[in-house]
Amino acid sequence: MSEQRALPQRLLALGATSAIAEATLRIFAERGASLVLVGRTPHKLEAVRDDLLTRGAAAATAIVADLDDTAAHPALLAQAVEALGGIDVALLAHGVLGDQAHAERDYAAAEAVLRTNFLSAVSLVGWLANYFEAERRGTIAVISSVAGDRGRKSNYVYGASKGGLNVFLDGVRNRIDRAGVKVLTIKPGFVATPMTAHLEPNALFAQPAEVARRIVRAIEQRRDVVYVPPIWAAIMLAVRAIPGPLFKRLNL
Amino acid sequence: MTMGKRQKRPRFESWGRFPTLQAKVVPLHWTTDFPLSAAPAAKQLPVGLGRSYGDVCLLENGALLATPGMDRLLHFDPATGVLRCEAGASLQQILDFAVPRGFFLPVTPGTKFVTVGGAIANDIHGKNHHVAGTFGRHVLRFELARSDGSRFVCSPVENQEWFAATVGGMGLTGLITWAEVRLRPIVSRRIDYRGVKFHGIAEFLELSRTSANEYTVAWIDCVSTGKNFARGIFMRGDHTAIPGPLKRSKESKLVFPIDLPAFALNRWSMKAFNSLYYHRQIGQEKAGPVDYEPFFYPLDAVQRWNRIYGRSGLLQFQCVLPRESGESGIVEMLKMITVAGLASFLAVIKVFGDVPSPGMMSFPAPGITLALDFPIRREKSFDLLDWLAKITQECGGRMYAAKDARMTAEQFQAFYPQWQEFARYIDPGFDSAFWQRVTGRRPRDE
Repeated sequence: MSEQRALPQRLLALGATSAIAEATLRIFAERGASLVLVGRTPHKLEAVRDDLLTRGAAAATAIVADLDDTAAHPALLAQAVEALGGIDVALLAHGVLGDQAHAERDYAAAEAVLRTNFLSAVSLVGWLANYFEAERRGTIAVISSVAGDRGRKSNYVYGASKGGLNVFLDGVRNRIDRAGVKVLTIKPGFVATPMTAHLEPNALFAQPAEVARRIVRAIEQRRDVVYVPPIWAAIMLAVRAIPGPLFKRLNL
Repeated sequence: MTMGKRQKRPRFESWGRFPTLQAKVVPLHWTTDFPLSAAPAAKQLPVGLGRSYGDVCLLENGALLATPGMDRLLHFDPATGVLRCEAGASLQQILDFAVPRGFFLPVTPGTKFVTVGGAIANDIHGKNHHVAGTFGRHVLRFELARSDGSRFVCSPVENQEWFAATVGGMGLTGLITWAEVRLRPIVSRRIDYRGVKFHGIAEFLELSRTSANEYTVAWIDCVSTGKNFARGIFMRGDHTAIPGPLKRSKESKLVFPIDLPAFALNRWSMKAFNSLYYHRQIGQEKAGPVDYEPFFYPLDAVQRWNRIYGRSGLLQFQCVLPRESGESGIVEMLKMITVAGLASFLAVIKVFGDVPSPGMMSFPAPGITLALDFPIRREKSFDLLDWLAKITQECGGRMYAAKDARMTAEQFQAFYPQWQEFARYIDPGFDSAFWQRVTGRRPRDE
């Protein structure tokens, strides 16, 4: 389907205080959407909610939750469905970059990255897939990363969590697209956010507002996989094309 | 995707790109990010979008607390026009929000790319100073966070001495986390505009005296001599009373692409520019509706326009002279500028009104203000600025910190004799290159 649809009006944001989620939510708020915002830190969540209500959100409910706690997911998601009277779009935006060097020394650090970025998403998307499949509509939009396209020594634990997520989303899409449910994998490159504040900015860094505009467009256009900004599709095509024997010698 | 960590930090530049000082930039995203969890050994200074010109937003080897990530709009009451927002919200963001709702900034400078925190810290003014006073007049209250972890609300009736010290306090009294600003209603984006040509300062003053408009400002030719000396265009405007479009502005995609070489701005190119600008308006008078964007923010249409001045940057000068001595003082300055042949295309003159400024260190005062920019030509530019500062001092005027990179400690202390009283409110963890210079702790940059 290629026609543009009106932007969905009921949105659940998981990890709503992440910079990319917040910028995306501002666009939905300005169009008068109803929102449920899930985040870990109460005062941050409150600031985001106030901003979205000021910008025009019809409603914004804040729920404080640690998404690592997968046992709490079913109740949390049911609460969100009830607050909104049904969900049109679920946006998964929570995640951690982790510390690669630490994860190499300490399995617990690697496991924490996998739990937050991958296992919690498996739990959340699993529930949401069943919910939307029964409704025969809806969109699950998940912020993954270009880092999941190929493992590199500088961040392969983070990359593996996102790579696993990408494969999982491919499978869910294959299962429920035919039921009218869109599964959107969003692969940002460098984005200027608190997560990347320790990195030296370069010409490839995108602003969250620009990334958000592209995410909203991808939701409207019912895309499957989107690189943001699109230059990353070409960059990652090239990165994936490097032959293994050469790739293993590179410092990436 | 991530990269390996690197040690080098980006350099933060002021809009004049002079001086250039290395500092660590610490982005703040939440009002609770300050005080920093790992307290820096170096002194700190909050910075916004870096639109002040000199060193008021710089601190060598310091930690610059970059506020633009704190840009949330926390509350808006359409009945009163009062907006509460975090201090890193820019005037552009406020306009994008407010104009479609029928509201406008109470006071705006010549660029919308400044933060609310910066607008308060420099107690900025605009073309409506003669009726509206400074930006600080329209700030109802704000929260001030100090490096010792304390935070408190300041207003004209609550912690009023901190309010007075922080409005125009150049970011030195602590971090402003959020502020409440009263916006003004409008019915259209349009401005009823009238441009009138004038010759000489006397004519300019007469036009200022007889104009009953909300916005008045004049562009003045600082290059031409003889019969064209001090010619200019006097611009008047009012928000139109006729209901019209209230759409949000489109974002400008134009970016000035390169740093021009130093020779691009010279006596002849500036003469040509000034003549073209003067003759762009064909008749003696030109009137009609214009959009607020070109009226208030003509230069915002081209991002990074300061690259016109090349890598070496530019120097700004802005003074206000008291009414009595103002006319002769301004004429003397203009003569000196035309002789030096350094002036460029952004010379602006305006009569400030009598509305008192709320800040202890606010720049605006009743009188005539002149603002211009110069390319940096060693010796020549600095000498000219020294002369202009001297005339300012002789006339009993003062210079504007947000546009200065060169005044001496002695001059500053003469312009702002209350500086020691103000210094008592400075956060012990804060400092700026400007403050170091004007308190005699740092030589002037060459």
